[in-house]
Amino acid sequence: MKLNSNVAVSDSGFVFNPATGNSYSVNPVGAHIIKLIQEDLTDSEIGKKIAEEYIIDAASVEIDLYDFKQLLETYKLLAPVEK
Amino acid sequence: MSDKKTYERPVIVPLNTGLMNKFGTRTEYQPVIDIDGNPVKDLLAKYGSPLFVLSERKIRENVQSAKRIFETRYPKVQFAWSYKTNYINAVCNVFHQEGAWGEVVSRFEYDKAIKNGVPADKILFNGPDKSREDLELAVKGNSPIHIDHLDELYLLTEIATEQNVKPRVAIRVNMDTGIYPMWDRFGFNYENGQAWNAINKIIATDKLNLIGLHCHIGTFMLSAEAYGVAASKLAELAISIKKHHGKSITYIDLGGGFASTNTLKGSYGIGADAIPSMSQYAESITTALLNAGFDNDDLPWLYLETGRALIDDAGFLLGTVLSNKRLSDGRRATILDFGLNLMFTSFWYDHKISPAQPFGSHTEDCVLYGPLCMNIDIVRQHITLPPLNPGDHVVAHHMGAYNITQSMQFISLRPAIVMIDMDGKPHIIRKKEMLSTLEKDEVMPEYLDTFNL
Repeated sequence: MKLNSNVAVSDSGFVFNPATGNSYSVNPVGAHIIKLIQEDLTDSEIGKKIAEEYIIDAASVEIDLYDFKQLLETYKLLAPVEK
Repeated sequence: MSDKKTYERPVIVPLNTGLMNKFGTRTEYQPVIDIDGNPVKDLLAKYGSPLFVLSERKIRENVQSAKRIFETRYPKVQFAWSYKTNYINAVCNVFHQEGAWGEVVSRFEYDKAIKNGVPADKILFNGPDKSREDLELAVKGNSPIHIDHLDELYLLTEIATEQNVKPRVAIRVNMDTGIYPMWDRFGFNYENGQAWNAINKIIATDKLNLIGLHCHIGTFMLSAEAYGVAASKLAELAISIKKHHGKSITYIDLGGGFASTNTLKGSYGIGADAIPSMSQYAESITTALLNAGFDNDDLPWLYLETGRALIDDAGFLLGTVLSNKRLSDGRRATILDFGLNLMFTSFWYDHKISPAQPFGSHTEDCVLYGPLCMNIDIVRQHITLPPLNPGDHVVAHHMGAYNITQSMQFISLRPAIVMIDMDGKPHIIRKKEMLSTLEKDEVMPEYLDTFNL
């Protein structure tokens, strides 16, 4: 899954979706994950990367990542998957 | 040392515009890392999670402050510790060391007070459930017995006649003090004359020594004025007794019911902003008594059975996050290792819950659940907290009153209770329960001893 191309994410954790006009606040780990999603990393790659930088294991990150991506989807920040 | 950063669950929160809210969004921005100098994580590592913690310093500060407030306004004040509020012996003894007598509502509490060393004549025996045996014991100890109903009055008169003694008694009076609900299930009603009738019976039969008048107008009272009304009505009864029967009443007991700084469900603001101060309660009561018309040398003692207001904020429940999940409606849910089994009062309070470790500035709305396999096990229906990870610790506040005495071994056993002394040293005051604690009094009939599966 990719982030919608027109979604703007600032370094301070401000997310703006011009398609809907909605804005969001995201915490540093969330902002980091969004950046990794933008870089097209897979879930397990994201998990590994976060676990390298933070005091957490990759498996726990994946649990949180699953929930986080669901939220991004709910907020229509993720691009629909092409079939 | 690892140079890795502290992990916080990823959070994204929609930014909404709307009407201004003069109170803003309340969040607990300060983590509670220690209790009286003892790190929460060390306490939990040593004594297990969850864990009840009581601050002796806070208890003593509360009692001393309340005594000072009342004693500067009225010359004869006596506090009696309400055992049902928290009857762990160490807790009771802190109150007794501060000069409080005992106030009990059952035989088992009476026995506890005696065992703690409270002289029997300094134990106020309240409540609707006193058996003949209980009353005989209290009569023998010369304890002031607060009569709740006519059946008790007749039984006590019978005992007094049989034993040829004159027990010291008070009657419990219920009344309209302008608040709702009116507690009229205990004692004798003032307005319809029941109370005056009971007084006349006691004095006419001359078998009991009427020394006091007692009331307990409600619980978590948000109006200090109601106590003024209650004090006036009891004072009026006392003065009528003096006028009609020539007898002075030794004490007027205003019971308990003062609110703590806890937050009731449905309150708009936080508890501390909504409740009367101890000074307001004191001012209302003492003004009513001083203006009632007693002769200066005939002022009755003022007894107070304050429980909750003296201990609620001295108690904490420490616990651990078990898991996070998202509910079907999108709300975040966090599951803790303590729930209704240990905090019965979460049925009517929105307990303040603080994370016990530093966190970032991002928060999210969530529901806090307890560990019980039961749908109603909800610690907070709605709370804004920073993202908590499994294994993180939390501190529930205002746990000193009723939670320990009402905690139950339902699904989980009860945890240890620790008291932190005046020097910041923790002492275990009740051990963590084991399966053997629960099964100690169980009996297995022999024919049920074995089975084949």
